Amino acid sequence: MATVTQERLFGKAIKRREDPRFLTGRGLYVDDVKLPGTTYAAFVRSPHPHARIRSIDPAPARAVPGVLAVYTGEDLRDVGALPCGWMLPGIKVPRRPVLARGTVRYVGEPVAIVVAESPYAARDGAQALAVQYEPLPAVANPRKAAEPGAPQLFEDVPGNQCFYWTIGDRAATDAAFRTAARVVTQSLVNQRLIPNAIEPRACLASYAPATGDLTLWVTSQNPHVHRLLMAAFILGMPETKLRVIAPDVGGGFGSKIFVYNEEVAVAWAARALGRPVKWTADRRESFVNDAHGRDHVTEAEMAFDRDGRIVGFRVRTHANLGAYLSTFAPLIPSYLYGPLLSGVYRIPAIFCEVWGMFTNTTPVDAYRGAGRPEATYLIERMMDRAAREFGLDPAELRRRNLIPPFTSGQPYQTPVAFAYDSGNYEATLNRALELARYQELRKEQAQAREQGRYLGIGVTTYIEACGPAPSAVAGSLGAGAGLWESGTVRVHPTGAVTVYTGSHSHGQGHETTFAQLVADQLGIPIEQVEIVHGDTAQIPFGMGTYGSRSACVGGTAILKCLDKIKEKGRRIAAHLLEASEQDLVFEDGKWVVRGAPDRAKTWQEVALMAYLAHNLPSGMEPGLEATSFFDPPNFTFPFGAHVALVEVDPETGQVRLLRYVAVDDVGRVINPMIVDGMVHGGIAQGVGQALWEHGVYGDDGQLLTGTLMDYALPKADQLPSYETDRTVTPSPVNPLGIKGAGETGTIAATPTVANAVLDALAPFGVTHIDLPLTPEKIWRAVAASRR
Amino acid sequence: MKLPVRITINGQQYSHEVEPRLLLVHYIREVVGLTGTHVGCDTSQCGACTILLNGLAVKSCTLFAVQADGATITTIEGLARDGELHPIQQGFWEMHGLQCGFCTPGMIMAAYQILERYPNPSEELIRHQLEGNLCRCTGYHNIVKAIQWAAERMAAEKATAGATARK
Repeated sequence: MATVTQERLFGKAIKRREDPRFLTGRGLYVDDVKLPGTTYAAFVRSPHPHARIRSIDPAPARAVPGVLAVYTGEDLRDVGALPCGWMLPGIKVPRRPVLARGTVRYVGEPVAIVVAESPYAARDGAQALAVQYEPLPAVANPRKAAEPGAPQLFEDVPGNQCFYWTIGDRAATDAAFRTAARVVTQSLVNQRLIPNAIEPRACLASYAPATGDLTLWVTSQNPHVHRLLMAAFILGMPETKLRVIAPDVGGGFGSKIFVYNEEVAVAWAARALGRPVKWTADRRESFVNDAHGRDHVTEAEMAFDRDGRIVGFRVRTHANLGAYLSTFAPLIPSYLYGPLLSGVYRIPAIFCEVWGMFTNTTPVDAYRGAGRPEATYLIERMMDRAAREFGLDPAELRRRNLIPPFTSGQPYQTPVAFAYDSGNYEATLNRALELARYQELRKEQAQAREQGRYLGIGVTTYIEACGPAPSAVAGSLGAGAGLWESGTVRVHPTGAVTVYTGSHSHGQGHETTFAQLVADQLGIPIEQVEIVHGDTAQIPFGMGTYGSRSACVGGTAILKCLDKIKEKGRRIAAHLLEASEQDLVFEDGKWVVRGAPDRAKTWQEVALMAYLAHNLPSGMEPGLEATSFFDPPNFTFPFGAHVALVEVDPETGQVRLLRYVAVDDVGRVINPMIVDGMVHGGIAQGVGQALWEHGVYGDDGQLLTGTLMDYALPKADQLPSYETDRTVTPSPVNPLGIKGAGETGTIAATPTVANAVLDALAPFGVTHIDLPLTPEKIWRAVAASRR
Repeated sequence: MKLPVRITINGQQYSHEVEPRLLLVHYIREVVGLTGTHVGCDTSQCGACTILLNGLAVKSCTLFAVQADGATITTIEGLARDGELHPIQQGFWEMHGLQCGFCTPGMIMAAYQILERYPNPSEELIRHQLEGNLCRCTGYHNIVKAIQWAAERMAAEKATAGATARK
């Protein structure tokens, strides 16, 4: 495979090509799509966390003017359950019905769908539907769900335990602890988060009885995954008869990866009614049925030698999976969590146990970072606890434990399965400390304390694992999907190019970055390159966008197509020039005979001849088009170091985030403006987890933070401008040298800000507060320390 | 029961009979067919539905269409003139003030009122004024920069216009 050669656009901060439509209100999101004869769906949802359904009477709903149909779980009994796409050894996978039958297990679980002539009539109908419930005892906390006598969700899942999973070497870790000089212990909670992409989920299904074709517009990060699961496992129809279109999608952050109840019920209803059916979630529905994230309860112990070097790490985590398994739920607290527990540190022995627990709460799955933020928060919180106990500077403790640089292609093997691709961890730490003016900050902090002001500094490092791969290994670990990506490049007779990618953009800017890549490789103007994504009728089977994989996996699939096309183009050019292929060089959009610059064929001349086919090498097929699939040999491993400065008012518990410094190494960068933007947004989400966001369930299983009035998303006036920089350590895993940048900010910012706040509270002897660090919790901790 | 409404949107007058409970945002999106104004929540938190109603930035999910009877409204579709982006739209493009684009129309309409009231806003003021608009993608950094860019551009345009007028 060729590496990138000409670079006119690769690495440039060019403006996004998709923006004009968004800036003028001409984007096309699912709810904007209009079809003649469209009907509207509303869902009836369980108000109970756990109950038996005694009866459902659809008659009052059917009597509402405008209501066309009411369907319940009984009507959908021939429809398959929502499948789970990742199996672990011994895992229990209870049936997750599209519409509940017999029992409901969380607040918001869909019970019936009402279809009407207008959205308002559908809601009237949903309100009129009469459902009789018999409430049952419920449990919301994963640790409590494991206790004897806890309410049981499923007869065939004793103790609510979905799985028990371990990674690492128990005996070696126990031995390390026996000889350790010092051990730091901490119990902590990584709280439940609710993703809240600003566009609510939506779907529109249209069925053509004459052909049997079903078209589904859906807010999806991966339309082919939707098509495969819905056609093969749920609706039982040929994949070829289901077309899934994910047009402009307003943010995902993981929550739009999964196949949900609503899109299946809507597709089924469109087929049953013979009319298009549309559903758009309101925000309250997003809160109760979009898959949630995180929700771990953990006990951790870290063992050190006399010099502050880590010798062992022991982790026991209860992971809340919610009431059913969402599409990739088992993967998140297992293989995307345990293997991250080495961070950027040399840790000789690690052992991690995870109990995956069912509770009467909304299902939990991947949310930006997905497992990696949980691991990073844990490691970095432990490091700060240790630094405080040992009386060491937190940056110095980290420095002592860093893995030395390895950039020559020889990977670093951790004790928890991962072999890191390339890394220079101290370089990002040094740069972050320099950018933050760390030593001066410490002096300012000391001066401020003398004046009764409490500044706190957080310094953390992180590692991230992007572009999950390779497929064969994932398969052996339980994946129900491949982890490659596809691309097709179609050259038109004029030399203009259409690129079909299996990646999906819902804010990432692929229409710009992929075009930069292609224009550079072919030496043609970017205006000659069109990027198509998000439509299963147009693009080859692809895996979509999650895990920061689009540039490193999807981009490489496109690069491989270009290699094939340039190879065929070279043969055509050589034939037309009557030159040897070896004598041709491709530069600036021309094949030129080496040493004879006036003997050349342009990209356009070759493209035209490929289609005229008047004069092609003997036996060559006409046309110029290629499809490729890239299955990477490994994950990529971006890394970095972040620094936060906060001021805490101990009298009110208020935290002000004063500065945020992020130095990331995401490998090579196609468009630095876009990467910076993703880092900014990730930081805001990470700060949100540290300070404000919390999906709170009462012990009775009711969601107490079910609107944006109760669940605190970060706002503009709570955040500073961020200071960002990068180091560049190319990844050897793909020829572009890209590592991935979509989740780094989210992973790093939570522990960085949490550690900064706890650093500010050090004079009060406060060593730990569980997230989010709200004014009330801080005030209580300070007040307790003064008693 | 339906009630008549006459509303001017982006310079064009519309007359319809609507249910009294029809939200203004649904009137704009579903009845008039201008889908640039988005709905992101149901509690007036997110601001994706922000429009200008008689010159004031309001959340159109929190008004009934009948309350806007006789009003003049500008939506995101009405901001560009003769195919030329408004300086605020340009600013969002130049400074990468959007990613998924869903909150963008509301952000731009909110920014319009900020710059009308405060032609030379500080970062702190912009952030405070944007408190009613949520973005999940950008972390607000580049939205603030976009509004600052627009403020400078609009001030420069005003200065040029003033100089031309004095000639």
